[in-house]
Amino acid sequence: MKNSFVYKYLSLRNSESLGRFLTTMAALIAIVSTITIVVFISLKGLSTFTTNGVSLKEFLFSTNWLPDRPLAEGGPQVGVLAFIIGSLVVSMLAVLVSAPLSIACAVFIVEIAPYWGQRFLQPAIELLAGIPSVVYGYIGLSVLVPFIRDNIGGLGFSVLAGFLVLSVMILPTIVSMLIDSLKSLPRDYKEASLALGSTRWQAIRLVLIPAARSGLVTGIVLGLARAFGEALAVQMVIGNTRVMPTSILDPVITLTSAITMDMGNTPMGSLWNNALWSMGLLLLIMSFIFILIVRYGVRRGGISR
Amino acid sequence: MTQSKISVKNLNMYYGDFHALKNVNLEVEANQVTALIGPSGCGKSTFLRVLNRMNDLIEGVKVEGSVLLDGCDIYRPEEDVVNLRKRIGMVFQRPNPFPMSVYDNIAYGPRIHGIKDKRKLDEIVEKSLRAAVIWDEVQDRLYKSAIGLSGGQQQRICIARLLAVEPEVLLMDEPTSALDPLATMKIEELIQALKKEYTIIIVTHNMQQAARVSDVTAFFLTGDLLEYGKTDTIFTKPTDKRTEDYITGRFG
Repeated sequence: MKNSFVYKYLSLRNSESLGRFLTTMAALIAIVSTITIVVFISLKGLSTFTTNGVSLKEFLFSTNWLPDRPLAEGGPQVGVLAFIIGSLVVSMLAVLVSAPLSIACAVFIVEIAPYWGQRFLQPAIELLAGIPSVVYGYIGLSVLVPFIRDNIGGLGFSVLAGFLVLSVMILPTIVSMLIDSLKSLPRDYKEASLALGSTRWQAIRLVLIPAARSGLVTGIVLGLARAFGEALAVQMVIGNTRVMPTSILDPVITLTSAITMDMGNTPMGSLWNNALWSMGLLLLIMSFIFILIVRYGVRRGGISR
Repeated sequence: MTQSKISVKNLNMYYGDFHALKNVNLEVEANQVTALIGPSGCGKSTFLRVLNRMNDLIEGVKVEGSVLLDGCDIYRPEEDVVNLRKRIGMVFQRPNPFPMSVYDNIAYGPRIHGIKDKRKLDEIVEKSLRAAVIWDEVQDRLYKSAIGLSGGQQQRICIARLLAVEPEVLLMDEPTSALDPLATMKIEELIQALKKEYTIIIVTHNMQQAARVSDVTAFFLTGDLLEYGKTDTIFTKPTDKRTEDYITGRFG
């Protein structure tokens, strides 16, 4: 009797330690790959400054992107300001277009027409998230670019085309965050507002949307992060010229598209190649910042108690 | 004969096929506290929500009969529901201040009704908070979130928020059921003070509360208004056996 109890106890212990082992391994793999990727990109990215001796200031604040300039003419220079500005402008404009649309969609789905909205509109918006970015780029290239060229002006490959494509791509991100946030509000808020003699619109605008603002900010930051990191679709429609844009009809280049454009053509270890890694590092840092904002900024920026 | 503040005549209400209120007739006098009592699901909260047309929000609700406020049917097709709800305010079971500052909570009502002048708003906020006997507790933290207050304080904030729109009738849907005894006592004292200026209808599960605060008591059972009259009479010599059984705690 006693033996069988011990046996059972031990076998339970064994299965428990096996499960523990498996989950720990899985967790370790995730942690190790994150750390190695970060270390690898950092080493590669920092070599521009350590091995090639480019100053951080020049890298970040110069618009001269001349990685193959011969020494006789002053040597190569890698200033990525134009790329940074391009990325920022395109992503922020995308959010500017997408955020109001998302608010409208989320309010429609949660408050105005829950039946219709949750049955048709919400799945439709979620499908948008599943469309591969190359398809977005392709549609942008074959519909949006010619449309802009013929009807608005310029080459068609432009900031405008870039942020319009992006704004559709990030719509689902912002909408789903907002939907969750609106749904989590107590039903009482709306009723309390109506019971004070507000219209439904006043309740939505003055109580529900402000109460859901943490979801809105989270959605916007995540959308911004997605827009910032998107490469393919953007690259296909923005023209990729390495100069500062002066209007939204000008072609532009972003950090991501600059990397994808050049990465196949440069020898490993060259300044040019290292500079691309530095841009990758910059993207990584930016996305860390976005994640930090979501994790700490939003919570603190929420309702102070 | 003086006109009742609210006069309910042959009221029937249905949720789809469910007959929730059956031929209810009730007169509510001004400046009195009317308590609605009865077991869960008897229709007392439903009845309360008929009075400010809160049931309009629910699909499949049908109301028959008439509800007169100062002699005017609130179920007329041309009735302005928004204005009606301004006249008949409501306090909910769970305290539900908005997730904004105390000040903004109180100023919300006046603002949506078009008052923008800062000095006027300040005045209304202070007056309403004083009327709800919470001014002393929150005057130092007017600009902090109302969510940080205790449940009882939150409920008084909700009452103050309501008073700020100057309603005529206050509907209270079990306003103390989520509160501790001390907070409950404060709300009850407040109700006594408020009835000088307002007509109050309160739904309660608590017999003692009904006995303490109300002038008139109405007893609901499965959608019927079984009995209503002076609270003293209802609690001492009810005419219906079922009322007596409920009040003495034999069921419910």
